[in-house]
Amino acid sequence: MQSVWTLLSWGSEGWLDDIAYGAFITVCLALATLPVGLLIGFLIALSKQSNERSLRLAGDIYTTIFRGLPELLTLFLVFYGAQIGIQQVVRLFNPDAAIEVNSFVSGMIALGVVFSSYASEVFLSAFRAIPHGQYEGGFAVGLSKAQTMRLVVLPQLIRIALPGLANLWLILLKDTSLVSAIGLTDILRQAGVAARVTKHAFLFFGIAALIYLGLAILSSIGINAIERWVGKQEVQR
Amino acid sequence: MRIAMRIALAASAALLALGTAQAQEKVVKIGTEGAYPPFNNLTADGKLEGFDVDIAQALCDEMKVKCEFIAQDWDGIIPALQAGKFDAIIASMSITPERKEKVDFTNKYYNTPPAIAAPKDSDLKGVTKEDLAGKTIGVQASTTHFNYSSATYTDSTVKPYPTAQEYQLDLANGRLDAVNDDIVVLSQWLDSPDGACCKLVGTITPVEDIHGPGAGIAIRKGETELRDQFNAAIDAIRANGKYKEINDKYFKFDVYGG
Amino acid sequence: MSASTQTADSVERPPLPPHGWSRQRVLGTALVALWALLGVGLVAYLVSAWNTEMFQKYAPGYVSGVGITISLVAISIVAGAILSVPVAYGRMSRNPVVASLAYAYVYFFRGTPLLAQAFLVYYGFGSFRPQLDAIGLWSFFREAFNCAIFAFSLNTAAYQAEILRGAIQAVPKGQWEGAASLGLHKIQTLRKIILPQALIVALRPYGNEVILMIKGSAIVAIITVYDLMGITRLTYSRTFDFQSYLWAAIIYLLIVETLRHGIDWIERRITRHLKR
Repeated sequence: MQSVWTLLSWGSEGWLDDIAYGAFITVCLALATLPVGLLIGFLIALSKQSNERSLRLAGDIYTTIFRGLPELLTLFLVFYGAQIGIQQVVRLFNPDAAIEVNSFVSGMIALGVVFSSYASEVFLSAFRAIPHGQYEGGFAVGLSKAQTMRLVVLPQLIRIALPGLANLWLILLKDTSLVSAIGLTDILRQAGVAARVTKHAFLFFGIAALIYLGLAILSSIGINAIERWVGKQEVQR
Repeated sequence: MRIAMRIALAASAALLALGTAQAQEKVVKIGTEGAYPPFNNLTADGKLEGFDVDIAQALCDEMKVKCEFIAQDWDGIIPALQAGKFDAIIASMSITPERKEKVDFTNKYYNTPPAIAAPKDSDLKGVTKEDLAGKTIGVQASTTHFNYSSATYTDSTVKPYPTAQEYQLDLANGRLDAVNDDIVVLSQWLDSPDGACCKLVGTITPVEDIHGPGAGIAIRKGETELRDQFNAAIDAIRANGKYKEINDKYFKFDVYGG
Repeated sequence: MSASTQTADSVERPPLPPHGWSRQRVLGTALVALWALLGVGLVAYLVSAWNTEMFQKYAPGYVSGVGITISLVAISIVAGAILSVPVAYGRMSRNPVVASLAYAYVYFFRGTPLLAQAFLVYYGFGSFRPQLDAIGLWSFFREAFNCAIFAFSLNTAAYQAEILRGAIQAVPKGQWEGAASLGLHKIQTLRKIILPQALIVALRPYGNEVILMIKGSAIVAIITVYDLMGITRLTYSRTFDFQSYLWAAIIYLLIVETLRHGIDWIERRITRHLKR
């Protein structure tokens, strides 16, 4: 029986390098998903606070679906479904084309839509917290609609939405663990392989849990720093 | 170094690969599981090895094409083939009527019987439905063994696991009373230090409708050219001794079967 | 006041929303049409892929899967609710040891993925079989279903403790003081004055927690429990027919939407006295 320290060493004997690689993939996936989710979430929030009924309806359908489905199921739907769907569309134009939606991209899309549907709610309540006078003021000083959004509304919006978005980021970090089920070598999958091979299941899953905890703590520190920085900006004005 | 390479690999794999068939040197992409020793397994440094992999390499050499191996979880391996992630599955996949509805198969390239293993202190006498009544049986999901167990041992609880290694873990710690898998896979495990907990109870007579004629190479429906090439290559390596060479590297008996 | 409003009325107002087909309306209609198209496509696909033989073979499995999902969530939520009381008490305690222990508990279960917790309990405890056997707990942890219940209860207890704490602290301090001045005991105050008010605040978060658990419970499929998701994966692995996932999606959406509307209805009922 190998000692615990050999199992946890770096290199071909131990599993530390493999788990570190898993942690790298987890962080990459979360970081790659974040901008996608934020962008879609913002657009959905825009459509939901629009005066146009059909836009609101379209946005509501989106959030109802993706907040109602289990994240794991969304992931499988994207991983298997999108692949078959895109394949069929592409084959219409080029019968020889082989398109591949791999597990990283599937994870990014699935987690991105889930993130965006929750983020849209955060953005929406932030939009509602911004008084109408801000828009009118923007128009009054001669800014265009887009300029008002970019220069007047957005800076306030981000500040109000920040705590909610920070919370969603922590959820996203945890949800990345689901991609281990579709074969992406993230923290949990690497820990699972190590557990199977070495039969030290408690050790490796415990370490995996601690790494997630570490990532959460690191994120909290980062989020606090951002919040302080944003707060300082506000004071300066 | 290894990490850097894997990071680079992951980064390139993260891109949506849109490739059209290339004309020059033909590349055949082979999907396999990598968690089913001794047939296919991932080594500690992430390379695929095993009987399936060696056979696949020999077949590709025979067909004068370049082989590329891709590891894929078992329960998604047929969808991945259909989606074009690879061109052929060489992963000890049994040729069954159920699978034939979705994919085409070559002729078999080996055939070994299924078997039952149990903890050393088990009182199991045989492998019939009555022997296993009331017991919990572990199998790998989406396999002929799962189909056989759920169809035959209707008085038992059949639990599907994602890979063979998970049911091995649960047999060793006593969550399972028995497991059902290929005899070669079970024997290899039982002979290893990890398998010291358990013993072989007996083999199961294969059922044609469930187990099929053996393990074949799966390809997308209608790609008859590739299938014919593989069939010819199987015959060729059987004839020129290459098959026997690989067989003897892994096994003490002939796995091709009767 | 009224005079100034009138002058404001007479000055220039922002332009009225344009009538007819603005860009927004075109976009919105197109998006709604896209959803409708997807919906029609889904129905058409399910109708075209309908296979009575397959339905008869797999539908009973789905029904039992829904049963497993619901019982798993119901048991975990109730067990978690019971467990959350001491945790919430610990979180509000003035004793630093108790408070930090409770904080660590909550932080651990909220900071790590439920899937990792489930693996830790199922496979991790599996490696302590001799020790668990010795204290007679192995027969509990032998079953994957029990392991799932155990992990889920601990997890949801952490979330519910925070909900409970937030709700109790949302009740103004004056309520406690008022009750104390009327000579009510602390427990009486909590039960008769604080909790009824706190529950109104807590209803929505509790409802969300139930919904999150229903969605989160899908991961037990990975530790060999045949819940709705487990049955779905099983069906897919045998048929390779994509509709097995679509049916699961429809069932999950139905459950979640029913719950959501149920919670809305309850909330409207119990806050009637707050409406004017």
